Amino acid sequence: MGTEQLITIQVNGRRESVRADPDTPLLYVLRNDLGLTGPKFGCGLAQCGACTVHLDGKAIRSCLTPVTTAQGAKVTTLEGLASANGALHAVQQAFIDEQAAQCGYCINGWLMTAAALLESNPAATDEEIRRGLSGLKCRCGTHMSILRAVKLAATRLAAGSKA
Amino acid sequence: MKTLAIDQFVTHRGTTRRDFITAGGALVVSFSLPGCAVNAVTAGAPLPAAGAPWPAVIDRAAIDSWIRIAADGSVTAAVGKIEAGMGIGTAFAQVVAEELDVPLERVTLVMGDTATTPDQRGTGGSNGIMEGGSALRKAAAEGRAALLALAAAKLHAPVEALRTREGFVFVAAEPARRVAYGDLLGGQRFDVKVGDHPKTKDARTYTVVGKPVPRFDIPPKVTGAYTYVTDLRVPGMLHGRVIRPPEAGAHLLRVDGSPTIAGLVRVVRKGDFLGVVCEREEQAIAAASKLVVEWSRPAAFFWRDYDELYRHLRAEKPKASKRGDEKGDVEAALRMATRVLEARYEYPFQSHASMGPACAIADVRDGGAVVWFGGPKPYPLRKALADLLALPAEKVRVIWMPGPGSYGMNDADDCAADAALLASAVGRPVRLQYMRAEGTGWDPKGPPIAFNLRAGINSSGGVFAWDYEARGFSGRVRNNGTDVAGDTLAGQLVGGHKPKSTDWPQFSAESYRFPNARKVSHTIDWNRSMTTGLRTAHLRDPDGMATCFASESFIDEAAFATGVDPVEFRLRYLADAADIAVVRAAAQKAGWQTRVGPRPRDGGRMAVGRGIAYAPRNGSVVAIVAEVEVDRDTGRYRVRRFTCAHDCGFVVNPLSLKGTIEANLIQGMSRAMHEAVRFDRSRVLSVDWLTYPIVDMTEVPDAIDIVLVNNRPEARSRGAGEPSTRPVAAAIANALFDATGARLRRVPLTPEALLAAMKA
Repeated sequence: MGTEQLITIQVNGRRESVRADPDTPLLYVLRNDLGLTGPKFGCGLAQCGACTVHLDGKAIRSCLTPVTTAQGAKVTTLEGLASANGALHAVQQAFIDEQAAQCGYCINGWLMTAAALLESNPAATDEEIRRGLSGLKCRCGTHMSILRAVKLAATRLAAGSKA
Repeated sequence: MKTLAIDQFVTHRGTTRRDFITAGGALVVSFSLPGCAVNAVTAGAPLPAAGAPWPAVIDRAAIDSWIRIAADGSVTAAVGKIEAGMGIGTAFAQVVAEELDVPLERVTLVMGDTATTPDQRGTGGSNGIMEGGSALRKAAAEGRAALLALAAAKLHAPVEALRTREGFVFVAAEPARRVAYGDLLGGQRFDVKVGDHPKTKDARTYTVVGKPVPRFDIPPKVTGAYTYVTDLRVPGMLHGRVIRPPEAGAHLLRVDGSPTIAGLVRVVRKGDFLGVVCEREEQAIAAASKLVVEWSRPAAFFWRDYDELYRHLRAEKPKASKRGDEKGDVEAALRMATRVLEARYEYPFQSHASMGPACAIADVRDGGAVVWFGGPKPYPLRKALADLLALPAEKVRVIWMPGPGSYGMNDADDCAADAALLASAVGRPVRLQYMRAEGTGWDPKGPPIAFNLRAGINSSGGVFAWDYEARGFSGRVRNNGTDVAGDTLAGQLVGGHKPKSTDWPQFSAESYRFPNARKVSHTIDWNRSMTTGLRTAHLRDPDGMATCFASESFIDEAAFATGVDPVEFRLRYLADAADIAVVRAAAQKAGWQTRVGPRPRDGGRMAVGRGIAYAPRNGSVVAIVAEVEVDRDTGRYRVRRFTCAHDCGFVVNPLSLKGTIEANLIQGMSRAMHEAVRFDRSRVLSVDWLTYPIVDMTEVPDAIDIVLVNNRPEARSRGAGEPSTRPVAAAIANALFDATGARLRRVPLTPEALLAAMKA
């Protein structure tokens, strides 16, 4: 750890300044300084995805991303996934509709990764969705309902974009 | 976030939740989302005083300990169970809403706070609905009777003329003559005891219980609003991390006494227990890795590999042996048999590997302790922490908050004890979250078992002798939770604390009726494990996956040896009607094709097979058909479909049960296909998701079909948290045999092992 400095990042549409060591993983700044506890600590090794956030729309593992990497980028956490008017993201609504959670500790990673996946590939096939989500862990074994939920969200997004 | 106070819910007469918060008292609060109260602390609110005495016992005979109706008619139900992520909070709310006749959304649950909820030992053994649901049902029924009595006086009508609906008592003949529950009690206590046999509703008239109700906890989980124990922040809180011995049995020799590490508040050392406390979380992580520590180099006492471990289990003299079902004379029958079938099965150490390493926040000062943690058994833990801190139990309060799924006795209790030691040393609240290596490498493990099985076949081709022998380390180290310090890792590392471990025999549970049968379970001593990452405790369905894997695989071997279809064989020998019913239901739903021996090969590279296994568990019973597709060239395989027939009696919430069963099957599949804790002679080598791989999304089946059997109001509701895990490994192994003709007798069922067995 080096010395602390003032770091400004943009999270969920707001500019936030924190005093932290530049090497501090983004996850700890989000959770402990900004009170955004949607992203979770799962492994600290980028192996499970529980800490996933969006950096300029791309899903990244915040547990190994230094906070300084986020300077000048737009960070979105689970708390910012719904639209400003409070309407849930299609992926969130689908997870509720498919009851896709057990303990839910990992669910942030699935939601954030699926949202980014469907953003870049709205017509994702079963195989593409499975592969796109293969880097995430769920110890409870919630995979079946998660897979249904992501497919449901994809269908709804496709229908919405046609409409 | 809307909050409401629940603190002293039982002890403060007449205190409603809302006026409690305005009174500025203390401040354990919860979400006001119906049915999913989560114990948490409001930002900036004072902590519950660590020195306050809390009731030694919450009176389980008083309605007020279970049900509270506020003046506004909202209902708070307290229960000595916790939400493990299967939706039981919603099910409890259904039970209360049904029996009390209040709208479901007006019911809030409080769970797992030792100061305010009745001690039901917490959750375990799939007993949530059976114990928690039944206690709430009785209390609510008694509460409804008490409300009727109060209303009779108020409405000047006999009780017989009154009815209840939606939180009101009304006169049946004049529904406009009515009074709200909240007005009857005015926020006061019932002051009525729960009788032995309160008059509960006829289950056939239920309108809320038995219906698919979406879980209350899921919307806040998908928005990030759900507060886990890891998300709790309390004022003045510091961050801790622990440093574990690098080798099994190593003792702490020396720690650099005055390290210069940013943010370091204290290095805490007690015996072999070592931790750091820092201002910030990332500082604590850095401090734990930078600390200069010298450990002893003990003689290695693990095994080189699983071959050596299983040899040890088979060769060692047992510390205890127990005989189970015994019938006839097995030895004599085996001598007379025209053919004796013998097989050895093996099941490894497995980790709970919870999604998040355990986390706890402890505040230990002024002669008392408050500890927030995420495990299933807060009530025994209160005693263990009192023991560890040398405090009376009344001075210790354990508050459950949702944690990552625990699946039994994971690392949650250890973390609570560690956090208590750190907090006690600094006199300020300390939050401790383990790192991944401690979560996977140091959680108590499901124990390994080696099985020796024999079957005697007589001249007419029937199985007339059955011999089951299990030789394992006991996994029931902490039978009903951690209730002494000696059963926590902290207690062991500090030293001077004796465990209260209890051994439990490892029997299979199926109801086959063979003329001569014997079951023996040998417990092999593993006392040296107490300070290592290979100590054992309950892992979901303790021993059930292992015993069923051995027994139900061997049943398949017996079916093949006697030339009988595996389903037909089971139906022929099973004794219990409920067991027969699920085997039939699973086979029928799966479209079972009758055949003897493996599916005939078509010469192609891909082979398809199906296998069945079934298991009873404490009144519930499950049968599973697995369908696999195997690449004969590589041994790689995929489970394409599971069919599960499930009998847990009357189902409170079929929607959440579906999720529970699916998750059990996938977790069971992961354990069957991938999981074995790796070790060398002095270390646990499984420390993360690369060294302890679990299932991923590319592997899960295309479909899981579920058939609910015996789901009728007259059937007693049984547990569903674990039973469907039990037959998974056996069903997959039996399907692999059907596809390839190769029999795997050791978990995990790896492609390498399958390829080797196919070539053998």
